[in-house]
Amino acid sequence: MIATIAAIFQRAVAQGIPLLFGSTGEILTEKSGNLNLGIPGIMYVGAISGVAGSFLYELSLNGNEPNPFLIIGIPLLCCILGSMFMGLIYCFLTVTLRANQNVTGLALTTFGIGIGNFFGGSLINIVKSDVPSISLNETTKFFKTTLPLGENINSFEKMFLSYGFLAYLAVIIALIASFVLNRTRVGLNLRAVGENPATADAAGINVSRYKYISTCIGSAVAGLGGLYYVMDYANGVWSNDAFGDRGWLAIALVIFSVWKPAVAILGSILFGALYVIPYYIPGISISLIKIFEMLPYAVTILVLILTSVRRKRETQPPQHLGLSYFREER
Amino acid sequence: MNNIKSILNLSNYHIAKRDVIPWWQSYLIRVIAILVALVVCGVITIALTDLNPIEVYVTMFEGAFMTPRRVWFVLQNTAMLLCVALAVTPAFKMKFWNIGAEGQVLMGGFATAFCVIVFGEKLPTSVLIPVMVLTSIIAGAIWGLIPAIFKSIWNSNETLFTLMMNYIATQIVAYYSLEWSVPKGSGTPRILEKGMLPSLMGNDYLINILVVLAITIFMYIYLKYSKQGYEISVVGESENTARYIGVNVKKVINRTMILSGAICGIAGFLLVAGTDHSIKSDTAGGRGFTAIMVSWLAKFNPIIMILTSFLIVFLDRGASQISERFRLNDSFSDIITGIIIFFIIGCEFFINYTIKRVKTEGGENK
Amino acid sequence: MSSTAIELKNISKYFGSVVANKNVSLSVKRGEVLAILGENGSGKTTLMNMISGIYFPDEGEIFIDGEKATIHSPKDAFGYKIGMIHQHFKLIDVFSAAQNIVLGIEDKKRFNMKEYISRIEEIDKQYGFEIDPKKKIYEMSVSEKQTVEIIKVLFRGADILILDEPTAVLTPQETKKLFRILKKMRDDGKAIIIITHKLHEVLEISNRVSVLRKGEYVGTVETANTTETELTELMVGKKVELNIERKEPENTARRLEVKNLTCMDREGNKVLDSVSFTACSGEILGIAGIAGSGQRELLEAISGLQQISVGEIIYDNPKTGETESLVGKTPLQIREMGVRLSFVPEDRLGMGLVGNMDIVDNMMLRSYRRGKGAFLERKGPRELADKIIKNLRVVTPGLSTPVRRLSGGNVQKVLVGREIAASPTVLMAAYPVRGLDINSSYTIYDLLNEQKKKGVAVIFVGEDLDVLLELCDRILVIGGGKITGIVDARDTTKEEIGLLMTKSGDDKKEENEDE
Repeated sequence: MIATIAAIFQRAVAQGIPLLFGSTGEILTEKSGNLNLGIPGIMYVGAISGVAGSFLYELSLNGNEPNPFLIIGIPLLCCILGSMFMGLIYCFLTVTLRANQNVTGLALTTFGIGIGNFFGGSLINIVKSDVPSISLNETTKFFKTTLPLGENINSFEKMFLSYGFLAYLAVIIALIASFVLNRTRVGLNLRAVGENPATADAAGINVSRYKYISTCIGSAVAGLGGLYYVMDYANGVWSNDAFGDRGWLAIALVIFSVWKPAVAILGSILFGALYVIPYYIPGISISLIKIFEMLPYAVTILVLILTSVRRKRETQPPQHLGLSYFREER
Repeated sequence: MNNIKSILNLSNYHIAKRDVIPWWQSYLIRVIAILVALVVCGVITIALTDLNPIEVYVTMFEGAFMTPRRVWFVLQNTAMLLCVALAVTPAFKMKFWNIGAEGQVLMGGFATAFCVIVFGEKLPTSVLIPVMVLTSIIAGAIWGLIPAIFKSIWNSNETLFTLMMNYIATQIVAYYSLEWSVPKGSGTPRILEKGMLPSLMGNDYLINILVVLAITIFMYIYLKYSKQGYEISVVGESENTARYIGVNVKKVINRTMILSGAICGIAGFLLVAGTDHSIKSDTAGGRGFTAIMVSWLAKFNPIIMILTSFLIVFLDRGASQISERFRLNDSFSDIITGIIIFFIIGCEFFINYTIKRVKTEGGENK
Repeated sequence: MSSTAIELKNISKYFGSVVANKNVSLSVKRGEVLAILGENGSGKTTLMNMISGIYFPDEGEIFIDGEKATIHSPKDAFGYKIGMIHQHFKLIDVFSAAQNIVLGIEDKKRFNMKEYISRIEEIDKQYGFEIDPKKKIYEMSVSEKQTVEIIKVLFRGADILILDEPTAVLTPQETKKLFRILKKMRDDGKAIIIITHKLHEVLEISNRVSVLRKGEYVGTVETANTTETELTELMVGKKVELNIERKEPENTARRLEVKNLTCMDREGNKVLDSVSFTACSGEILGIAGIAGSGQRELLEAISGLQQISVGEIIYDNPKTGETESLVGKTPLQIREMGVRLSFVPEDRLGMGLVGNMDIVDNMMLRSYRRGKGAFLERKGPRELADKIIKNLRVVTPGLSTPVRRLSGGNVQKVLVGREIAASPTVLMAAYPVRGLDINSSYTIYDLLNEQKKKGVAVIFVGEDLDVLLELCDRILVIGGGKITGIVDARDTTKEEIGLLMTKSGDDKKEENEDE
């Protein structure tokens, strides 16, 4: 029994980590008032940038021993740069050019998923390699390295100590985000920008700079979710569209956790569990699993309704979410 | 030296809302944006393939228009995208951010398939089709109305609400398409036979196209010449004014979302009964999202939407042709579409604002 | 102790062709309270915005501690230790008092909320504020929010404080408390500038009074050597002859009666308090009062846009001869009852008109429901638009130009023209000539007079006392949501109205209590 629970928990966490990255990134972004619906696309780009980086690195090895720093550092750096670039596009359009956030975000998602699938499907052609598929066996080994626990691990160790480093990084980043938002000057200023940019502006805060920086950092964090998915969860094998709707689930998780990264940690495990549990129900049909997969969204809608009915100010979206800001000229 | 410094100094510029811009200038700006975007796309294509620039565009053209089959395919896809774009337009004009068209379309398609499977053997086609249409409309409308009710009563964030509703619909459809698949649970979608739309004058998609054309004309007239359309514009521009003239804002929000959802429902019906003859969780195919961009690019004008939806479908087909020819992945078209949209939404800035250089004397640069 | 903290020399500011301030010179010493007195639109707030860095003066100089200062931004103003408390608070609702206070502070030290809170508590103690630093803004009363604003500038070390109409939103008790605090700060050596219309407050709190009238500096007097009457005279100035035509009202009959009308705002404060009056056909009833005294709420309550807590609004229908109650009706229901009520709201492009629509579509706002069927009928509105453009000489490139592109005067002509075209029996106009040039203003006066001649009950909310005195038949003066007097416009004086305006209902009560 305990072993089953530990197994469910472990798989739930593995499912939840990409969502946690995505939602932490989106929370940071939304706190600045930017509703970035491009997150699903950004996660694809994060994943494929990392994949491309490590694919080229692995090709260049020619069977030699990989350098542990490079084999982890290259995909990480590529992933962060790729997703930050997406954040930059979003900011340039919505902050500098004051375009509509929803339209820009959706276009970014189309674009990002396009990039992911395109390079995922054509990378081998483009670099004129002769490998049959993108399978990063060397890289994934490093990303999946866990603590040296030995063969016989108990349930506790399995539940909490059996993940690759990116999983812990997700939790650490969420905790740092939570700390920054609630306990630091930067966090206070950032929240002010998302709540009421005019007031923040009057207090001497550079609204555009905060929007740019938080959105780009948020995008980078979200991109790591894509990287985790390929390198750890999917064992370094890229297949098109496998990432699926996880980007939208991450946005759902933002609402579910009422814009609190610390809550998102638990929320991501819950979402992951909702995804995993049906597979442990004996005799369940595949079709019924689809209904279970609906649950995270249903629960999110419930949270959305409850928070708007209760009107508690602390659980509302940032007040200026989705709106462009510019100083009125007289 | 100082002079150059002051030209480069960003704080010496300020952005002001443009007052009057002749209509031809605003279109010129858009056309330039599209041309620049096409050049950028061309450069990217050349980098990835070994085509020369002219060949790139020729290939795209071939992809869309080479054979009558391709032309019909483009027309049919344009029609379906246009249909969904028309559906989201009244909501957007009201500044209700309905990004739930994907789900509303799916529910419409689901209702159609449901009718076929449940009543297909019991009802004659002449009764079955109206029943299918009606249930699709109702299903789409309900999917649109739910977020509207919560918006109008409790001011729930409609962007996030409609977004989540998409995935509820996706999972419902995913469940049933597995239940209905033959053999059950296999995932091979059941091909629907009863109640499917016939081909007209030998063309399978003509009915779809005609229906969408009718909806286009209806929507144009509705928004421009009907009292309800007028109320939508007033609510979208200023809720204060709407109250001042005695418009019931909540009623308008609910009514408009019923309309928006209903047209999505029709789109779902057309997709299932007119083209796909089956239902899958990806039947809507992302049109719910693309449609938002189509509608936005056309500035909510249904007639211009014909052009914008055509542009998107053309790019999609053209880029697919390139990817096919060079054994690249067909997602190439999404990249091209994305770039074009970035340029068009970005260029709106230059239509609405001007950048003025401010004199440094007097320090009036705040 | 009594060194000059800030001195303005010949400051002028223009907005386009409008003169907001002209040749204003004044100074404030440390350890004194300077009151700036003036009617609405006399340029007080603009002047203060130039000190706090929101605007930059077109002409003139500012000296701080005797040295020339250039203030380009609020940040510069902080640098000179100038802090302004605006009329509209700049606070973030979901933040606590302390978070709002420290927002935007650049501090080399580590961000330590606890330390900040203890510093705030010190300021609390020093001046006798009663603010819990951890309380959220949305849980606060208006007076508490104002206190947070004051602490915010003190926290930044301000020693020149500017308060823009701080008492407008306060109850008498809260005002007393605020004044106690201001006196303490004054005795502490801070220079304080307070903008206000309320004469008795000026006399109570200030050491000196500078008076502005229509943007120009009138003079400064020592508070100890002045009286309310002298201040009123300085503020309103000599009566200016405008030569607005005024006929004797004919065939007046009761058209609209308001009885004991009370309305609340969202926070539950009374914005209208037992207001009673009658508006008669064939006369213009003026409403005078300091901005924000309840004028908007009064008109909105009559037209069905404001929730009414207590009271009656009775309409005498001249067609049927019946009387009808308008309370609890929506604007649509009021129209459907056959009540021909026209309303020119203060916010022309945000309420009366839709800025992005053209003139024809704006004409339809009131009448689009007319006619059977689902479709709009644009012929009538187009004819009306043509008529209004011709008769009122509206300058527009064409019928299809969005109205927001028209100049202020033309926008107002379109709005008033439409409201009059509905042949109303009651016509309410809120500040219809605000921001208009002389010619357009006279066009509007003529239109109102024409309606009066036709037997319409006209209600005119105005701010220029000269206009009110010459245009209206009776003038109702409103202060703090209460009626402080209804006078005959033909034999009252500017001073009388000025005094009534600066008196709020609460003051009366208080005076009684004091006696």
